[in-house]
Amino acid sequence: MIQFESVTYAYPNSVVIFQDFNWCVERGKAWAVLGPSGCGKTTLLYLLAGLRFPTGGKILIDEQPLERPRPHTGLILQEYGLLPWATVRQNAELGLQIRSFYGPDGKHAPSNDRPTGDVEPWLSRLGILSQADKYPGQISGGQRQRTAIARTLALQPDLLLMDEPFSSLDAPTRESLQNLTLELVAEQKLTTVIVTHAIEEAAILGQKILLLGQPPNTITQTIDNPNYGEPGFRESAEYLTLCRDLRSRIGGQ
Amino acid sequence: MRRRDLLIAVLAILVVWQVFAMVVNRPILPTPIEVAQVFFVELQSGMLDHFLASLWRVLASTLLAIATAAPLGIILGQSKRMNSLLAPVVYLLYPIPKVVLVPIVLLFLGIGDLPKIVIIYLILFFQILVLVRDQAASLRPELILSVSSLGAGRRALFRFVYFPASLPAILTALRQSVGTAVAVLYVAELFATQKGLGYYIYLNGSTLFNYPAMYAGVVAMSLLGVGLYFAVDWLEHRLCSWQTAA
Repeated sequence: MIQFESVTYAYPNSVVIFQDFNWCVERGKAWAVLGPSGCGKTTLLYLLAGLRFPTGGKILIDEQPLERPRPHTGLILQEYGLLPWATVRQNAELGLQIRSFYGPDGKHAPSNDRPTGDVEPWLSRLGILSQADKYPGQISGGQRQRTAIARTLALQPDLLLMDEPFSSLDAPTRESLQNLTLELVAEQKLTTVIVTHAIEEAAILGQKILLLGQPPNTITQTIDNPNYGEPGFRESAEYLTLCRDLRSRIGGQ
Repeated sequence: MRRRDLLIAVLAILVVWQVFAMVVNRPILPTPIEVAQVFFVELQSGMLDHFLASLWRVLASTLLAIATAAPLGIILGQSKRMNSLLAPVVYLLYPIPKVVLVPIVLLFLGIGDLPKIVIIYLILFFQILVLVRDQAASLRPELILSVSSLGAGRRALFRFVYFPASLPAILTALRQSVGTAVAVLYVAELFATQKGLGYYIYLNGSTLFNYPAMYAGVVAMSLLGVGLYFAVDWLEHRLCSWQTAA
């Protein structure tokens, strides 16, 4: 579904983040991108979202070159993604409102788009229906992230990108949102790319794990996680082994 | 603020005024009761037209200032290049007391509503421009990226992010400058017009020596200022309730 073909990316007058970088993501796979701060994880996600563009090479999604944000791609950021002046319901409706603002033009909204305008089932599915009339400043961090997820899933994406989505949350909330993400990814048959700096999170949410190191990133280092999504994986010996393996690889870079 | 507290404050001001009027005991300071009687009589015999003329000038200049300064403020707040180009000009022009421009504006625009509207417009324009620019500059890039990823281009970003984000700044700017705007309106209405509360106050105080009518005009102008201030307060309550809710 996603192909990086000899992608080079450098910030103006700054370091080269990716150099001749090749990567391939198959449809329906859940990828976690793991690496230390400053390795280019977020840049990779912004490239995938069509919010930044390679300085060399090309990115293809469904064999089409990526030239702008794609209507079928959903992006969820760590924080600050919600409008503080809009209620939970209004925030969840934002994507649909933007689509009806432009109409089904094929650029901002899919050309076959028929917005339902109803986000209530999503608010209900994510357990925030009772908070629908509150503002982001009045709800917890976990509820804010659930709102961001509802807003994205209401647009029925086929590719879900998440940037450190749960890193500012406390451990129990983080775990429950990780489980919810696993359920939703399976339920909606989404292709996902989740960026994280937490080894444990990558091991839980990544069917495949892409390791990034200090830039420039040239070699694609991927690790398979065959036990991904299995019940009880979080408590299993395989999970601990995978975490140990990831830790040693990151330490060895 | 609670209504009861406001009522008590109004009563306190009236009592102090009454006491002063009784102590001074001269025609240049009539009592509030006397002024109130004249106020309602004058309102029916022409003062309402002067009030409406002043109100129209303030409202027209306010709408004009919002329509021009808010979009420009958003552009400057979002574009570092544009801001670095225009910031020195804004920096120089912002602190100039606009009231000193009254004679110049009158020279160029002559009689009628336009020069008065322009002078208040200038006061509000810079205040709104600076506050909206700073507000737009403080929007987190993550928020813009996040909304862009939902498919928003420039127009949708303006409609769904920049404009609602700048509303508190616009209202704060109006709150800060509405008093100055009415004060400058008074000065502007002293010249080249026969309509407006400024003219009415000056005519009654300095030409007709009708002091109760002059005071009625002062009360009307005060009500204009206070009314506008309350209107901004009400709008802020209606449109920016999320700030206090959080």
